[in-house]
Amino acid sequence: MVPTNYYLILSAVLFGLGIVAFVFKRNIITLFMAIELMLNAVNLAFVAFSQSLGKLEGEVFVLFVIIVAAAEAAVGLGIIILTARNRRSLNVERVDLLKL
Amino acid sequence: MTGPIFIFLVLAAVAIAGAVSLILHRHPIHSALSLIVVMVALAGLYLLMGAEFVAAVQLIVYGGAIMVLFVFVIMLLNAGEEERTNFSTLATYGGVPLALGVAGLIAAALSRAGTETLPAAAQGGAVSSTRSLSMLLFSEFVYPFELTSFLILVAILGAIVLAQREN
Repeated sequence: MVPTNYYLILSAVLFGLGIVAFVFKRNIITLFMAIELMLNAVNLAFVAFSQSLGKLEGEVFVLFVIIVAAAEAAVGLGIIILTARNRRSLNVERVDLLKL
Repeated sequence: MTGPIFIFLVLAAVAIAGAVSLILHRHPIHSALSLIVVMVALAGLYLLMGAEFVAAVQLIVYGGAIMVLFVFVIMLLNAGEEERTNFSTLATYGGVPLALGVAGLIAAALSRAGTETLPAAAQGGAVSSTRSLSMLLFSEFVYPFELTSFLILVAILGAIVLAQREN
């Protein structure tokens, strides 16, 4: 069988790539996708631990994470539509109303 | 090399390639399609671990519903290519060390735990039957489960209120 460490390393790599995408991308929709990527990486670690420890609670948590991600996507994309309508741009650097 | 490890390596390579292509592509629709590749590869990994139900939910909810929502919004807003801007100082001096730091931290923790390896994953669905998962979900976790339905309700209301045009 595949050692659990392999899954954890893959999860860490995907999470790191998610951070890189979040920091370097400019498009607000892509930033949102980077968050989804990080959530997926965490889900992978959850399932790997759940299988390795023989406890199913990890998979229940994954289901909850997916539900919360769905709710987050609905609200977040609503906010994105609103921002795009008001600012006429999807570039996060143009969303600077709170900047001094 | 045994079969499962080979399958794992292929799926892991697909997932990482998808994540890298998410970063490299400038058009959001290409990034969205790359993210779908990552999610399908992860669903394959869940299957490999014997978590069939999670794999199915991953495909249907993530790969299906959420990503369709993303693609829909990209098309609705007619999102074009990302504008090229100079990297902010925060990205250069904060982001890169942050990403490297997190990766290094996890790598250090893993290498230290490497000697006492965790028990090998998955006896092919022995632990993870969908039946016992649902028993757990509807007995021990029934209150959080009911709370999530409330959360979804609030999210729907929020999305409607946010997206409606003001008169």
